[in-house]
Formats: sequence, structure tokens, C-alpha cells
Amino acid sequence: MKSIVILGAGTGGTIMANLLRRRLRRADWAITIIDRDNEHYYQPGFLFIPFGFYTKKDIVKPRSKFLPRGVEFIVAEIDRINPGANEVVLQDGSALSYDILIVATGTDIVPAETPGMLDGWRDTIFDFYTPDGAAALAEKLKNFPGGTIVIHVNETPIKCPVAPLEFAFFCDWCLARHHRRDKIELVHVTPLPGAFTKPVASKALASLLEEKHVRMVTDFNAERVDAAARKLIGYDGREIPYDLLVTVPTNMGSEMIERSGMGNEFRYLPTDPNTLRSKKYENIFAIGDATDLPSSKAGSVAHFQSEILAENVVRTIEGKPLEPVFDGHSNCFIEAGLGKAILLDFNYDVEPLPGRFPFPVLGPMSLLKPTRINHWGKLAFRWIYWHLLLRGHPIPFVPSRMKMAGKKRSGDDPAPGETK
Amino acid sequence: MPQKLFGTATVDVDAEGFMTDFGQWTRDVAAAIAKDEGLAELTPAHWKVIEFMQKDFKENGQVPSIRKLNKSGVISTKELYALFPGGPAKKAAKIAGMKKPEGCV
Repeated sequence: MKSIVILGAGTGGTIMANLLRRRLRRADWAITIIDRDNEHYYQPGFLFIPFGFYTKKDIVKPRSKFLPRGVEFIVAEIDRINPGANEVVLQDGSALSYDILIVATGTDIVPAETPGMLDGWRDTIFDFYTPDGAAALAEKLKNFPGGTIVIHVNETPIKCPVAPLEFAFFCDWCLARHHRRDKIELVHVTPLPGAFTKPVASKALASLLEEKHVRMVTDFNAERVDAAARKLIGYDGREIPYDLLVTVPTNMGSEMIERSGMGNEFRYLPTDPNTLRSKKYENIFAIGDATDLPSSKAGSVAHFQSEILAENVVRTIEGKPLEPVFDGHSNCFIEAGLGKAILLDFNYDVEPLPGRFPFPVLGPMSLLKPTRINHWGKLAFRWIYWHLLLRGHPIPFVPSRMKMAGKKRSGDDPAPGETK
Repeated sequence: MPQKLFGTATVDVDAEGFMTDFGQWTRDVAAAIAKDEGLAELTPAHWKVIEFMQKDFKENGQVPSIRKLNKSGVISTKELYALFPGGPAKKAAKIAGMKKPEGCV
């Protein structure tokens, strides 16, 4: 009996457990998955908690609910991977051997990386990337009298790179609905040179920020936070005062990866961008936020990686060459307020472009502009996540590799029936 | 492919002025790009950073992050900002003849 061990039962790990259990005979391959707890959060829901639309209860289910029969689920802290011995050591000292290892341990916020950030933590400085952080922010916002809210990204890469913009759009809308918008100044502070790294999307998102009177401060790298004086201080000497700081702290991979001596400067596992195999170890693969891939860190990316990774794991088992076909495909909804949302669809080579998705002309969703149908798509996605995606079912009409169909590059001829 | 004259050499660049063919890079080209970026001269401290970035890119295929530069011991983040004011990751990458850093995708 051979063994596959999956570290992490979040989005990527859960999908892999489902895909591999279906493809591999139980008599030949044992599959074990390990996580530190049994609470699977639907992370896109965190955005809605600070504004009272969801509570933690609405977006959490047991991890075990989504794992198939024939997969052993262990709730334990992992101490480290011992790649030379093909084993994983748990914090209680026990060890699990593997023939193939899949690292799906994700990424997390590390506020301690910025001196001074923790001094104001959950007092005037909040995150919305954790369930407790989002819930604490909800309490704070309820009674926030007014002043400047700074929506801050500390260092890139972060998971869900559009979330800070989403927060800004949604916050503007919610405050306006409650007739509180005029007492509050919203400022978005980012280390990026613009709203996004790619030019077409950057322009579209920046103009939305302007429309919603959200000031943007770019190329800002925070050296430290002065929590007493309530300001962010940049390496270049610039200072940003705030009354409430909503920050996305530096994101880093699991400390377990560092303990194993296997990570880069962010504790991410160096991974081949097209095969998803570890660059160093032939029997170790990675999926989702734990990799060092130059793609977005997002649930959709883990989903698009999963089928390709499952195929490559099976090929490894059968002694066949791997298929280097993952193209960095990412698909992201951005809540825009006013009952609308924006949709991005892109990959390593193609930046987010305008157009229709998934079908040319018919859509029904629109790329790079706010529509109501996109917003319903975002809300409906929670059901799709729990019932289709986590169990490794494909999403109809949305393949793993990005399609150009429906997208418009500048200079393209208009599609039939459309005028430019 | 747009081209730019740096010193006495003409090199291929992308729309933002990052070199597209590293084979065309020389120390003179680097000095000319630096002047363009507002750096009057490149000191040994600048060259240490440039050389580290080029070595790291060769080994890993990605432009090293500011965090990596800091961790490597070659230079502290604070010094990096003093040497390459206004966006060191981009500025240093440009002078080192590399493509634009991925940043956050």
C-alpha cells in the first residue's frame, strides 16, 4: 500500500483529496490529509462580516464534510517535512511516511513583520483576512464616529490581491447607505504603482476609486506603524495619518515550511509554474497559496490548478512525463457596491481584459466593469464553492486554462453585432 | 520594438523603458539608465545590489523582492530606499537590465 499525504485541508487540499481518491484505487493508494483544525471558512465571505451582511457562522463548515470516504483526516499541527526521509513529522512527535506529498498549507497574515503594527492591533488597527479580525472590525465600525479610514496593503504578494479595493468600494457604499459617508475619509495606501499591476485593469479600478471619492496613495512601503500617534511611516519618510487602519499585513506561508528548510523569503515552496511539482523534490507537489508561482493567490487559482495537478500526480505514479500545462489562470469577483460587482479573468500571459464571460457577446457576465449579474454571480458562488468546487467538480463552461473567447484587446475588430 | 539610446549604445526596451534583451546590457548602459532615473552616479553600494539582483535572477528566473534583498544581507531595506529613491525594486531592476518585477498579480 503506497501513500499520498496532503498537508492542509483548505481549498486546494480538499479538492486534491477528492480528485485523487476518485482516480486512485483504494487497495493501492492510501490518502491522508492533515490540518490543524476542522473549520473550513469560505474566505470570500470575510469581506461581508465587517459590514454586518454575514457573521462567522454563515461562512464556516467542518472540513471533514467535504472530504470523501477513503481519505483519512488527521487534525494535528505539523512540525516539519523531512524530504530526505519522505516523511512528515507532527508536533506530537509522530511521523507519517509518504510516497507523494502535496503541500497545500496556504498563506496567512503576519502583522508582526511590521514594527509597531501589533501595538494598535484590534484597537485602531484591524484586518479582515481572518474570521476574528473581520468580526472585531464589525464591532469597531458600528461605533466609529468619523475620521479617516486608511485601507492599507503592506507588502506584495497578498492573497486575493483585489480584496483591499473591494473593501474600499463596499465600505463607501455601506457608509453612504447609512448616511455616514460624509463624516469619513477613505484612503487606499498601496506599495503598488497603481490600483493594480496590469495597465488595463489598473486604469479601470483607479477610475472607480475616484468615482467613489477614495484617495489613493501609491508606491508606499511602510517601514513601521506609530500606533500611539496613529500613523503609517514609509521608508521614504512619507507619513500617513489615520483614525482607523484596515490593513492587509505582510502575507507569508506556513512556518512549518520554514522549519523544514524548504521555503523562499516568504516561506513559499519553490514550485514549477506549469507542472506544479516542487523545483527540488520529485515526489513533492504544491497547490494554491503555498507556492511561489507568479500567479495570483486566490481560491480560483487553486481550483484551476487542481485538475492539472491531479493528472500530473497520476502521471508520476505511472512513470509518465508530466504535462506542463498550467497557465496561471485566475478568475476574481470584485464587489463594487450599489448591488454590482466586477469580474476579472486572466493568466500568466494575458492581463485582465474587458469583454464578456464565459461566452462572447452572450456573457452573461461582464469583464472589468460593474454589473448586477456579476454581483449575483459573486453571491451564488458561495453555493458553488460548497457544493461543486470543493468536491472537485468542474464549473460548467469555465475550463482550467484561460480562454481568450469574449475578451477584447485594444485594436481588436469588434465582434459581430457590436460597435466599437 | 521601441529602442532607446543609453550613452553610446542603442538597446531594445519595452513601453516603460525596461530592457527586453539582457544580452545588450553593459555597465555603461546601466550608468546611463541610472542617470535617466535621476541617479547621478552608481557607487560600489549600488553595484553590489545590481550584481546580487542579476545573480539571483539567473538562478531563480524571478526578479528578487525587496524582502529577499534585505534577507540576503547584501543591503538593508532602509539603505535600499536611500540608494534608489522612489520605488527601489523597479528602479534597481531597470538599471540592472531586467524586466519589470512581477509585483502583485
